[in-house]
Amino acid sequence: MALPRIDPGPAGIAVRVRKAYAANQRPAFVLDAEFSAAPGVTILCGPSGAGKTTLLHCIAGLARPDEGAICVGGRSFFDSAAAADLSPAARNVGYVFQTLALFPHMSVAENVAYGIQHLDAEVRRARVRAILESFRIAHLAASRPSEISGGERQRVALARALVTDPCVLLLDEPLSALDPARKAQIIDDLRAWNAAHGIPILYVTHDRNEVYGLGEGLIVLEEGKVVAQGTPQDVLDAPRHETVAQLAGFENIFDVEVLAAHPRLGTMTCRVADSAIEIEAPLSRLVPGQRARAGIRAGDILLATAMPHGLSARNVFAGAIRELRHNGGTVVVTVDCDGVPFRSTLTSSARDELHLAEGKPVWLVMKTHSWRMLLGD
Amino acid sequence: MNWEAIWLSLRLAGLVSGLLLLIGIPIAYWVAFSRWRWKFLVEAVVALPLVLPPTVLGFYILVAIGPTSPLGKLYESVVGDQLAFTFKGLVVASVLYSMPFAVQPFAAAFASVDRTLLDASAVLGASRLRTFFRVVLPLSVSGVVTGVVLSFAHTIGEFGVVLMVGGNLPGITRTVSIAIYDDVQALDYAIANHTAAALLVFSFVVLSVVYSLNRRIWVVWPSRA
Repeated sequence: MALPRIDPGPAGIAVRVRKAYAANQRPAFVLDAEFSAAPGVTILCGPSGAGKTTLLHCIAGLARPDEGAICVGGRSFFDSAAAADLSPAARNVGYVFQTLALFPHMSVAENVAYGIQHLDAEVRRARVRAILESFRIAHLAASRPSEISGGERQRVALARALVTDPCVLLLDEPLSALDPARKAQIIDDLRAWNAAHGIPILYVTHDRNEVYGLGEGLIVLEEGKVVAQGTPQDVLDAPRHETVAQLAGFENIFDVEVLAAHPRLGTMTCRVADSAIEIEAPLSRLVPGQRARAGIRAGDILLATAMPHGLSARNVFAGAIRELRHNGGTVVVTVDCDGVPFRSTLTSSARDELHLAEGKPVWLVMKTHSWRMLLGD
Repeated sequence: MNWEAIWLSLRLAGLVSGLLLLIGIPIAYWVAFSRWRWKFLVEAVVALPLVLPPTVLGFYILVAIGPTSPLGKLYESVVGDQLAFTFKGLVVASVLYSMPFAVQPFAAAFASVDRTLLDASAVLGASRLRTFFRVVLPLSVSGVVTGVVLSFAHTIGEFGVVLMVGGNLPGITRTVSIAIYDDVQALDYAIANHTAAALLVFSFVVLSVVYSLNRRIWVVWPSRA
């Protein structure tokens, strides 16, 4: 699949790596990823085992790609064609590990000073003090990592990585254990720091909630490959890949077979596998007879207790409620239409007004353009 | 009590554990971090003294450093003295004999340091040497102390190798354990009992110190997980 090219600019990062793991390792895994990112926060997400950490290791020099090129801020870190490979120590990368990897036998100040030992003692102390203050942990300077809270440890790890003035910052799910409020605070402090420094920040996560709003860019990795790249809006509004679709909240994803294409109308007719349900979906490059996956958000399915008339929507199916599940303020209704389970979300007041209960016959309404055809591999 | 033999044993053990600290740490580092596929061969060689009868080890060391061997000739031509049946020869033999007691606790301690800390150190610009002295060694202190104490205690208590390589020269190669053997042979049970009891108490104290420092010293080799 052709991905939109992003110009990383002079301070950005451009990565093209291929790394195969020994065939006796199960499952055999090949990282084959290419992307670029400009200064600012880029979210790198994908299911666990997609190769996110391996990719960061390649950038930091902790793993050696079989081939490819890695260039950050105009400096070549690795280039298999030129047989160039900088050591991790020479790359000047900021890396916050998933486990944080703070040195347990050193104080917070010693941890932060570790990467700037080459500086004059006076300069070093000033730098450490400044970064501890900008991350609001100056009062912890003499504490050991075991004596401070989880959120404070995250700040120490960030400060330790940033005090070296790295040319790229790699964050491997560093905030996944924090509650949203404290997470947002740390992100704000990180953004404030980067406003002055302008380096690319790769933020690895598999948390769907972190994908929205956190980054200027979004890269989706699956089984070692980049399957989508762009701004979060671009990637999530028009998912063309199943991982991205799940990420973007497409709760309903089905196997379909294309029955007919209607280029004049800009639509296609597809049958959901193992059922008589035929859906009208937007036209794609799929041809009749081809199998594919189609997805629709639970919020894009309307529910009616009587057969609807005079609607513009092309997809109206009769079914029966199989399950009602409360999820915070909303209700997730699973409706069985000829064996196909559709999930629809509605408010609890709508449920009460419609007297919804398990077994009740209902009609589902979907707009053609709410459907997304998803590409496999 | 045989103070001459006790003093000799203490000097020997102190020297041997000091040398093993210097030699054992690089070997243990290599054992803990090397990915060489034949590494187990080196591990087996280092561990040999654990299973070999001291007479076998002593015999081969004697042959290797004897005045007719290439090694013995080389030493004699450089130093002008021979190694066999001298204190120096005893030091060489004891270093080999006590090596697993130093290298194994060292290597186990190095290998149990979280690898992510080593990655973090490298990413922060540290060389391997600096990573070792600032991260690996400080986090392995109890393992290093264990290795030094164990090799010291093991050298104090050795008998067969000393007899094979050093003989029984008072003040030169006659260690505590040899002295006890001599006293018993001479039916001098009172003196033998004094020295033996002192050795027993000493060994108990040393092992108590080691176990209080570290509960897992008998892990044979670090896991490769």
